[in-house]
Amino acid sequence: MRNLKNNIRFSGLLIVFTASLFTSFCGLGGGNGASSKSGGAWITPRYMDEVYAFMSGGYSGQVSINGIPSGRIIKQIPVFSVFPENGYGFDEETKGLLMTSQGFLPWDDSHHPVLSLTNGMQDGRWLFINANNTPRIARIDLDWFETKEIIEIPNSAGNHGSPYITENSDYVFAATRFSVPIPQRDIPIESMSKGEFNGTITMVKLDKDGHMSIDLQVRVPAFHYDKSGCGKAVSKDWCFFTSYNTEQAWKMMEAEASQNDKDYILAFNWKVAQGCISKAKTVPGVHYRNYHPENQPAISEKRTTVKMIDAKDCPGSVYYLPTPKSPHGVDVSPDGELIVGSGKLSAQIAVHSFSKLQKAINDKGAIEKTIDGVPVLKYEATLYGEVQKKEKEAGKDYLCLGPLHTEFDNKGRAYTSCFLSNNIMVWDRKTLDVIEGLQTWYNIGHLSVVGGNTVKPYGKYVIGLDKQAKDRMLPVGPELHHLVQLYDISGDKGVFLNEFPTIGEPHYAQMAPAELLAKKSKKFYNLKDNKHPHATLTEDKARVERKGKEVHAYVTATLTHFKPDKIEVKKGDTVYFHVTNLTQEYDMPHGFAVYGAEFPNLLVMPGQTKSAMWKADNVGVYPFYCTDFCSALHQEMQNYIRVSP
Amino acid sequence: MKKISKLSIIIIFAFLLSVSCKKEGIGIGPVESVELGEAIDDAKVEKGAATFKLKCTPCHKITVKHVGPVLKDVTTRRKPEWIMNMILNPEEMIAKDPTAKKLLLENNMMKMVRTGISQDEARDILELFRKVDEGKELPDYIKKLDETPKPPETAEQPAAEKK
Repeated sequence: MRNLKNNIRFSGLLIVFTASLFTSFCGLGGGNGASSKSGGAWITPRYMDEVYAFMSGGYSGQVSINGIPSGRIIKQIPVFSVFPENGYGFDEETKGLLMTSQGFLPWDDSHHPVLSLTNGMQDGRWLFINANNTPRIARIDLDWFETKEIIEIPNSAGNHGSPYITENSDYVFAATRFSVPIPQRDIPIESMSKGEFNGTITMVKLDKDGHMSIDLQVRVPAFHYDKSGCGKAVSKDWCFFTSYNTEQAWKMMEAEASQNDKDYILAFNWKVAQGCISKAKTVPGVHYRNYHPENQPAISEKRTTVKMIDAKDCPGSVYYLPTPKSPHGVDVSPDGELIVGSGKLSAQIAVHSFSKLQKAINDKGAIEKTIDGVPVLKYEATLYGEVQKKEKEAGKDYLCLGPLHTEFDNKGRAYTSCFLSNNIMVWDRKTLDVIEGLQTWYNIGHLSVVGGNTVKPYGKYVIGLDKQAKDRMLPVGPELHHLVQLYDISGDKGVFLNEFPTIGEPHYAQMAPAELLAKKSKKFYNLKDNKHPHATLTEDKARVERKGKEVHAYVTATLTHFKPDKIEVKKGDTVYFHVTNLTQEYDMPHGFAVYGAEFPNLLVMPGQTKSAMWKADNVGVYPFYCTDFCSALHQEMQNYIRVSP
Repeated sequence: MKKISKLSIIIIFAFLLSVSCKKEGIGIGPVESVELGEAIDDAKVEKGAATFKLKCTPCHKITVKHVGPVLKDVTTRRKPEWIMNMILNPEEMIAKDPTAKKLLLENNMMKMVRTGISQDEARDILELFRKVDEGKELPDYIKKLDETPKPPETAEQPAAEKK
């Protein structure tokens, strides 16, 4: 009996051995498992995550990507801030992306990543993200996972309610978090309270290649516009913007801007506004549109004017919906019918009805008043209901204090983050009954469901993006990275799966299934398509050229050497290194660093050309070398530059 | 006895699987068979030499050891399919093919990489190798592949070294 067992075990081993022999001889083994193997948050090595999570970097100015459910950080994409790690914002190719009307800016505060949509579904083409500080919107290409375009928003300040997108990627929007004098001029700060400042809603048009241009700015009353969300399906022609400081305070806003029981959701019919472009005035509005063509230096275009119209002069485009209290998120349900306002300073989640809104705008009796010609609709006229509170049921705290933001799943549920009560409230979209509360640690800001802003959410996972980590991670001095908690929401009850730290401050994240993006991700730049004006496509063309005091070194990098063998210049020369990586392999960049350079590392992808400037100020012989470990002979990948008097 | 026969069946099965799935020595990659003409195709040789100069000379010479191995006589050492697969699929070859693994050790652990050569271009390079291995006097454009390129023109030679 025992023998038989051993025998079976041995045969089993042999079969495994045979199978592995077969696969290794036939070249079928190994490789990348494109499918994930999940059960909880653990991903068996070699298998990949099921979902991409795009996290805003907040004050890092970047975007980072985590795999879900493992939480592993896969990449950081530099967007609004320079990135010495790969030369972004320093090299001649990407410097131009950070040009603005205020000059070259090395940093911004990135808040809301938004994926492009077709028919209300993620289409995997682009990711947009806003810069809050000096108003801009960036477009990241999801073939390359690189920032390809940044447009500046003039006549704005604090671009927070941005860059939410229409269901067919017609427009991305920008809104002023901080109202300012428009046009900018020298007036007393106190005049804010007299309504002399303004806000703007900016319609940024996308063409079929994702290129951005400003179609129209609609001037609106001087409140602070906070967050936005666009309609879909029945409400596809509309976008919604929350506001706070309807008190129009200009100082001590924490007290003075928090007086009113209700502020407003601004309902914006962009189709109607589109019809008003022809009657809009051309006004000053200096702004830059920077575009990075594939494997070429970025192009910065300065534009000096925009089209602008006052909301009152475009009737039917703007309405105010009273909503409690200093609402933050405004989010539209997958069917386009529910407009959910999360009342940050209240314990209420007010749910407006799109069909009631349509009735109200045609009913004079539903108008409470007008502000600067903009109709304010009665609260009850558009209200579908308020999410019912259930306190302390079954030992769980269901109170939602400080509701901030709501997303939706594929099972008729909504998920609202509750900043103060540290939980995610799960509620039924039809009955508005609370189903359960999921605890978070600590001070959750935004949350994200996979495809949670689309017409047909993927569901399965929700993440909560926390503001504090406190006792959840090993202490490393006074501050901790912000923490994310992950829940499996595929069953009747949410199940806590995982938590992991993030980079910067993730204000918001969008998640997309891996199958949408993984297959089309580019592996390297094809040398045949390299149209860079300073590319060196073969090693025999590596050379040094002089143009007066300017020297251009055309450098090639391959495994494992640079050409030319030596570079010789004169003191006082301005040297441009143009480095082309001749390799055509996935994940095979070369780095390039020169002694004493003011530019940081150039990380040159296979087939890519990157350039940087170096001042030959000191006589001597200086090394340059590859910084990215590329082969067993990586240490040997080094040459010299000589500076003669 | 029963036990032994069962084992031997499994072993034979394993052996059969391991040898029957592919031809020996052709490596791993897109090329499963190559048709070689009786005569050398000189047009292919010329194209092969041009591609070799641009894409291969950074690491290879024909009769001289450079970064990678000497390529003279490669057509007698390896099957034509192996040569093309090594050009087109070096990463997997180095990871799995026993000969390629051995070559890595013999060449300072230097991994060969893809340089963007198409299958047609790889076929041209194979023809170049066949030409080299024919044993006849080689045309100049092939001999030149062994030359070390002149050091690049520098922007301005220091005065002291100009002479």
